[in-house]
Amino acid sequence: MTGRLARMRRTARTTRILSSVAAILLIAGCTNYYEIPIETPIKPKLDVSAFQRVLVAGFIAGGTDDVDGNLETTRLLRSQLRTKSELRVIDTDVLPLMDVAVQENAPQEAKSEGVKSNSSGAEGEAKAEPKGEKGEKSEKGEGPQAATPDKTATIKDAKDLEPYEHIFADVEYWKKIGEEYQNPLIVTGTVMFTPHQRSGIVQREEEVYDSFGRRRVVPVRTYMERKGYILQPKFVFIDGRTGTVMHSENFREEVLYNANQSTPALSSYFELMDRLIPSFLSTLSSQKIKGTRVLLQ
Amino acid sequence: MAYIEALLPMRTRALTVLLLLGTAAAPLAADTRSDAKKQVQFGIAVAQRGLWREAIYRWERAVQIDPKYAEALNDLGIAYEHEGELDKARVAYEKALEIEPNNALIKQNYELFKEINDRTTRKDAQDSQDNQNP
Repeated sequence: MTGRLARMRRTARTTRILSSVAAILLIAGCTNYYEIPIETPIKPKLDVSAFQRVLVAGFIAGGTDDVDGNLETTRLLRSQLRTKSELRVIDTDVLPLMDVAVQENAPQEAKSEGVKSNSSGAEGEAKAEPKGEKGEKSEKGEGPQAATPDKTATIKDAKDLEPYEHIFADVEYWKKIGEEYQNPLIVTGTVMFTPHQRSGIVQREEEVYDSFGRRRVVPVRTYMERKGYILQPKFVFIDGRTGTVMHSENFREEVLYNANQSTPALSSYFELMDRLIPSFLSTLSSQKIKGTRVLLQ
Repeated sequence: MAYIEALLPMRTRALTVLLLLGTAAAPLAADTRSDAKKQVQFGIAVAQRGLWREAIYRWERAVQIDPKYAEALNDLGIAYEHEGELDKARVAYEKALEIEPNNALIKQNYELFKEINDRTTRKDAQDSQDNQNP
């Protein structure tokens, strides 16, 4: 009797195991799936369909003297937009925005000595056109002014940028630039590229060999002096038809190297710009994110 | 007694009707799923050829036929994602997971989708904050 009971129990257990295996096989067999590559389009943040052309006008740059933030940023953004956006990039001289901002803040008499306008409107011929040449007061000029920046002053940190930033709100100035270049989308802003130093405990990987000569990689925490750069650009997008700011975006990227590693400032600048270029481009043009998903039947 | 005798065949009849209904409902449900499955299969075939709009049409039909078809909703989520209709994609994935919360493949698709969707929505929120406090 006991033997029979044990046999029955064994059979029941075997049946249970077999039915579980069968269920798993059945689910696996029934679930037909197909991996498929997809590209998810991400809509641009700005509707730039009204523009055919883009003018990367220039930037108010500060920080290290080793890199000309205005020139390098303008060049880089133009080349990126040329290849990765549908807008036609206007190739012209970079606007000396710092000078323009200084002149805007200067007394009216000084303004009249401003640079003469180039009203040809042809691509590649325009020069910076400081306002005030018409002898009119700007909207900004009538209100409370920011502290007048010294033309020779250097911008070392974000605070030094403040006296210049009013230029982006100067509707008349940008409208005029817009008229000159056939109402493009204008890209401008500020660029701070500053040296940076940090020391502290850093975790790094180190190779070690045990008594049997086997190699292992272990994390080691050590005190390190590191130096590098911080890049803080602010991109301002201005409607060339109205002179108004459509959108502005702040970024911050930093890189640190071992203190005894000598990395040129310009290569650090490009390394950091490389990181934020996709975000900059996604403001103007749609981006596609590639991936794989599983279709089920 | 006569009443009970009269009731018995009536109860038997009712039971028979219920039984018939029950047996008829199962194939009906199977038919629904089978019809929906045909749409899903066709959708997969066209999606693999890059005809995503047609695939969406097929999978939407499948979901109309069988609203509890999690796999069809999953496929629809993928197609919406591919077309950049991220809000619709989220709804489809979430419905699919509601029906089959333990389906690892649907979960995986949804996680990958969320990564992209969250990134774009986070960026939008950050941008609007930047624009409010320039």
